[in-house]
Amino acid sequence: MDAFDVIVIGCGVSGAAIAYELSQYDLKVAVLEKENDIATGATKANSGIMHAGFDPHPGTLMAKLNVRGSALAREVCRKLDVPYKECGAMVVAFSEEEKQILERLYQQGVENGVQNQEIITGEEARNLEPNLSEAVKWVLLENDSAIVSPWELALALAETAVKNGVQLFLNREVIGLKEEGSWQIETKIAEGALLPQGDTKETVFTAKTVINAAGLFAGQLRDLVLPHTFKTRPKRGQYYLLDKSEGTRVSRTIFQAPTGRGKGVLVSPTVHGNLIVGPNSEDVIGNDTATSWEGLDKVSESAKKSVPSIDLSQNIRNFSGVRARTDEDDFILERHGSYIDVAGICSPGLSSALGIGEYVRELLEAWNAESHLLNMQKKENVITERKKIRFKELSPEEKQALIQKDPAYAHVVCRCETITEGEIRDALHSPIPPVSLDGIKRRTGTGMGRCQGGFCGPQIARILAEELGISETEILQEGTGSELLVSEMAEKERLSKAPEGGAR
Amino acid sequence: MYDLIIIGGGPAGLAAAKAAWNNGLKNVLIVERNWELGGILNQCIHNGFGLHHFKEELTGPEYAARYIEEVKATGVQVRLDTMVLDIHKALPETDDAGLSGQDDLPIYEVAMAGKECGYVCEKTKSIVLAMGCRERPRGGVVIPGTRPAGVFTAGAAQRYVNIDGYMPGKRVVILGSGDIGLIMARRMTLEGAKVLACVELMPYSSGLNRNIVQCLNDYDIPLYLSHTVTEIRGEKRVEQVVVNEVGPDRKPIPGTEMIFDCDTLLLSVGLIPENELTKDAGIEIDRRTKGAYVYENMETSLPGIFACGNVCHVHDLVDFVSDESERAGESAAAYVLSAGKGEAADCIETKNMDGATYIVPQKIRPANVDKFVKLFFRVGRIFPKADIVITSAGEEVARYHKKFLAPGEMQNIVLTKDQLQKCKGELQLTVEEKVEEKEVRA
Repeated sequence: MDAFDVIVIGCGVSGAAIAYELSQYDLKVAVLEKENDIATGATKANSGIMHAGFDPHPGTLMAKLNVRGSALAREVCRKLDVPYKECGAMVVAFSEEEKQILERLYQQGVENGVQNQEIITGEEARNLEPNLSEAVKWVLLENDSAIVSPWELALALAETAVKNGVQLFLNREVIGLKEEGSWQIETKIAEGALLPQGDTKETVFTAKTVINAAGLFAGQLRDLVLPHTFKTRPKRGQYYLLDKSEGTRVSRTIFQAPTGRGKGVLVSPTVHGNLIVGPNSEDVIGNDTATSWEGLDKVSESAKKSVPSIDLSQNIRNFSGVRARTDEDDFILERHGSYIDVAGICSPGLSSALGIGEYVRELLEAWNAESHLLNMQKKENVITERKKIRFKELSPEEKQALIQKDPAYAHVVCRCETITEGEIRDALHSPIPPVSLDGIKRRTGTGMGRCQGGFCGPQIARILAEELGISETEILQEGTGSELLVSEMAEKERLSKAPEGGAR
Repeated sequence: MYDLIIIGGGPAGLAAAKAAWNNGLKNVLIVERNWELGGILNQCIHNGFGLHHFKEELTGPEYAARYIEEVKATGVQVRLDTMVLDIHKALPETDDAGLSGQDDLPIYEVAMAGKECGYVCEKTKSIVLAMGCRERPRGGVVIPGTRPAGVFTAGAAQRYVNIDGYMPGKRVVILGSGDIGLIMARRMTLEGAKVLACVELMPYSSGLNRNIVQCLNDYDIPLYLSHTVTEIRGEKRVEQVVVNEVGPDRKPIPGTEMIFDCDTLLLSVGLIPENELTKDAGIEIDRRTKGAYVYENMETSLPGIFACGNVCHVHDLVDFVSDESERAGESAAAYVLSAGKGEAADCIETKNMDGATYIVPQKIRPANVDKFVKLFFRVGRIFPKADIVITSAGEEVARYHKKFLAPGEMQNIVLTKDQLQKCKGELQLTVEEKVEEKEVRA
């Protein structure tokens, strides 16, 4: 295979944003992802907030890229049809001492370029958010932040990048990385991995430049290349996701005044209409995304402080995500020759993603100014728009017309979220086709509702098996090795072998 | 315009359809989201159905087939593979003519999507809600740990085994002793899996006693009462679950951990009536049953809309679903044919007091009661012996002696019209525990 101009390692939201940005230039770009789908790390397990940007210290990359990234997201989410809603946020203070924190945040906001923020009394805040605790004394109100579907943003960016010519290689875990004139990247395909149709199965790649966007594993990858300068300190955050019946408990994201242990527990509506509650912050070793009694208790206790009436019995799912913190207080976006680290992308990483994409492109331009090895001209024809069919959001007339065109849209598979077979088939024919139930869930929303896939799981497994041309026993929940079913039943096997038939 | 649209073609919908037809409605439509009628009975291939209703023992599919045959013999119309998306009152100006032509009964519109019918909005004079229930998922009970493949609700596992022909696991722990969990303990065992334990948070099972005997005891599957799963382990697939004993506060007791090596955890931790359509239509929901408030004729807070079966309150026996749903079908017919006449002003509310967790119906209009009314309820704990006492305005109206009351078994009592007429405003049902005489002597 010919050498690539750029290889991006890792396809979370940062890798996807970088690929999207670079796909608009005359570059030959590949993205290597170790899992069987993109956005399966921190990108799929965070709060889904586009922060306004009053939190990071002025002058940091975090401050700059958060504000820039959030601003870009407004436009990009609209054009790429990513669920996004400007709902604003409140940071609540329970005492006069905490009010000083709000004042500091306000000042930081001013310095970072946040507009539309003010400090109001608890009383005024409760007029806007009636379920806010009576104990809230002061509130920093801000109207610019938004909620977004993080994995759908990453998918939209990566799909569009692929449409613009970026090559995505899934199931490629990088095991070797060295520079010998150009970069030689050796990868390993996990045993039993379900490769997408047309996958060339190659494992060795060559590139002029390498971008390390490996998230939690960025430190390990960097150790293959350069001396150790930062240490990854993974921070886990646990969440509750509540049923839509709780989705209007608050209409803004409610933060607590930060007290040195991260931003604290938030309570927020999600773009899908649920209520998200979390995260706590705890040190873990590696990618440990389990949940625990202690962690969940801490989350529920803390959340009830801001919004006492939350009904946690409406919980439909707990999850946790591990943020790729390092021992440095800022994002690590550094170029060393033709190698770029994109490390330490913890919160506000999602908000900053599109800013990171731009920034990395600028770093590449700087390298190119020295080396002249890349053609960094903007392409003339690039795709920057995407449109998805979401049956439940259509008007009666549109529904009628759509079903007339393709009756698969009349078959509601996921009853909780009203997702049709047509939408599932669309996902399976998208630029990055999913190979697992969770892959379909991230693209269509199936199984995200109150029954959590109890009813639709078996039906989706059958559609997936049919489209991929595999047996249902090979269907994965998520990653390689997460087979859902262990075997075909003896009886079924016997019936299917019977000459007169009998199996369905 | 339809006389009646029935949402759901499971046992509740089928029984309602049959009764509505037999009571004179001729323009009846069943809307079913699955590709066949029968609902969840189709995957319940075990026996034990029909003992009350048909006085013989049938399997789930056999029970369903009896009703399907009966409905097929009528002129009831059926739309399969069709999902109801929305119910609303027709706007008055959409005349044919906003009214049903008889008095001023409301007309409803039912929006649905199906491969055959496309997206359509059908008008109807009455509706029976018969959407059934769904299983509570893992999030509903909060089990910490990892999130690997191999955690199924018992009903989803039952579908994989009995309909699709796949085994979801080989070494199984079951959390919750609801009936589906118990049935699946036996089913998985018969198919060669090893069921290591059935773990129940409460000090008693929420399943039928006969299922504990026939599905656990007969196969030497241990039932751990007052225990719960406290952690799921395994990255890709379930590898272990941790089980702890719980104290009287139902919190895990540290130090009582038992670790089971297994690849599958089945959840049988409760059923929830599926009332999203009901709520969206603005029908009042009872927090206790999680179903609609219903009158003695199964009518909801919206006139002409009835609810029956598991969408109204979760039953343990399909036989009682059928009985209740036939009453709903009859009531819908009476409503349409009498054009809503006989509207009764007086209404008694039923209220569960000590020992009972809910009552259906929640409201009774004595004028609409012919000879008697049945009250269905559940008790909150085990009572070896108890009196069910009905009082109103401080006066005892009726008393029933009962034995072996358990939360897993729905109870019913009959109130005669005479007794009902003694009630004013509110009727209270109390479970009074009785101590066995022998114990008193001892």
